[in-house]
Amino acid sequence: MFAVEVQRLSKVYKGGFQALRGVDLSVEEGDFFALLGPNGAGKSTFIGILASLVNKTSGRVRVFGQDLDRDPETVKSCIGLVPQEFNFNLFLPVFEVVLNQAGYYGIPRREARVRAERYLRQLDLWDRRDTEMRRLSGGLKRRLMIARALVHQPRLLILDEPTAGVDIEIRRSMWSFLRGLNREGTTIILTTHYLEEAESLCRNIAIINRGEIAERTSVAALLRKLHTETFVLNLKGRVSELPELGGFVLQYLDDCTLEVEMNRDHTINGLFDALSRNGIEVISLRNKQNRLERLFLDMVDHRAADVGGQA
Amino acid sequence: MSRLARDWRRYAVTFETILAKEILRFSRIWVQTILPSVITTTLYFVIFGRLIGDRIGTMDGFAYLDFIVPGLVLMAVITNSYANVVSSFYSSKFSRYIEELLISPAPNWVILAGYLAGGVVRGLVVGSAVMLVAWVFTEIRVHSLAVMLMILLMTAILFSLGGFINAIYANSFDDISIVPTFVLTPLTYLGGVFYSIELLPDFWQAISLANPLLYMVNAFRYGLLGVSDIPLGIAFGMILTFILVLGAYSLSLLRRGVGIKT
Repeated sequence: MFAVEVQRLSKVYKGGFQALRGVDLSVEEGDFFALLGPNGAGKSTFIGILASLVNKTSGRVRVFGQDLDRDPETVKSCIGLVPQEFNFNLFLPVFEVVLNQAGYYGIPRREARVRAERYLRQLDLWDRRDTEMRRLSGGLKRRLMIARALVHQPRLLILDEPTAGVDIEIRRSMWSFLRGLNREGTTIILTTHYLEEAESLCRNIAIINRGEIAERTSVAALLRKLHTETFVLNLKGRVSELPELGGFVLQYLDDCTLEVEMNRDHTINGLFDALSRNGIEVISLRNKQNRLERLFLDMVDHRAADVGGQA
Repeated sequence: MSRLARDWRRYAVTFETILAKEILRFSRIWVQTILPSVITTTLYFVIFGRLIGDRIGTMDGFAYLDFIVPGLVLMAVITNSYANVVSSFYSSKFSRYIEELLISPAPNWVILAGYLAGGVVRGLVVGSAVMLVAWVFTEIRVHSLAVMLMILLMTAILFSLGGFINAIYANSFDDISIVPTFVLTPLTYLGGVFYSIELLPDFWQAISLANPLLYMVNAFRYGLLGVSDIPLGIAFGMILTFILVLGAYSLSLLRRGVGIKT
């Protein structure tokens, strides 16, 4: 079964801006799915329509087989939303925020208390349960938004830039929590600017650009399209002049650090041989992150060029 | 349990949650929400009732102080029920936590009912407090408790609806004070709170009949004192009609997402 099935979804805002242009997209139940795109591509509009915060202009949305127009209450019950912007009453304490959200979903108070405690504990917020929202840091607010979105135990969790502005430690702990949630069966759709996040967490991916789906594939298949790898090398000594190495593109990061881009038909052994022949000794190397970023930029740039060419 | 029964149980929990949240909100800031009306009306009783009232004499056969009590109580109910909904709903829009409700499966009528109930409770709490103050200064006996309670309840519902519509259309905090300052207050003062319209020339009496607040004040005065410038049936009919029209309009605004969805 599809968790989300969207057909010919369009959205034209009042000023005439067309945010979505007949989007067709489906997400399998149990998937961990990334929706990527540059600013203004239509990601938040797409999510807003799924979560009933934005009125669609046309098209059809089904969530776990239920039509959003025909049975909005059932669809809404299935979805938990972690929005991009903080949307709390800043004067309420943490526990009350989660309890109120449970109440809006019709969960009786006694059950709501049990669930609120469970999720606040899981997200390390239980000690802060009496703290007013305005006194929480950005990272804690982000975690609270996840607890709030889970209190009615949704089958589909949608996260719009969930780790924006949080430190690495909190980000990693949130990743671990989300992976566990997905393993237990919750379908997750994620938008993010951190492509490393999508690469690390998600199985499938859609790239949205100018209101259209530019690519919809698995993360693994997308990465296979990447023909080059980039490594950062820490050198034993200083290199005064960059050697010419056939098949490898070298550039200085500093005197003792080189960045090497190599085609996939070359090997690391070949790279080391070539470096050794030029008297360059390597202490360590690391794979440069954000491989997805390169693909993403290529894809978005190509489409922009195509549109420009047609104009 | 059938789906219908489950749904109704869910609606009841949602309604209770919104109502509890609203009551907690105005209770936490009671110095801003409850006390001012009590202080203002106490001053009215002291100045217009005790100091100036004796010089005015009687009105419709009642001491002036007794005559103005119903209008002052109703004024407190109107102001507070309106203010509660307009400020609470607009704040939830402004800080975007209205989204907590919009993404939930709560039907629009439950959301509306929850906010209205919050406004009604605050209106009745403040109205009761003003009434208690009135009993310190006067010896009024209630003429018809049923009429009095019905009018209080209906007026609180009507002005909660007004506050809700104002909040939907408001784009800034300035917008939520324009209607109370420039529409509600003048209509209340000219709605026969401090005088009987029989004192006015015929032309101004006719103009006054176009003021819906006149009907509420007079119907409430009937409940408390047993006198009214307006037939009771017309007053009830008018308030009920306004409630139905504004209620349907509010639901239509919510359904279309005016001011809260893009």
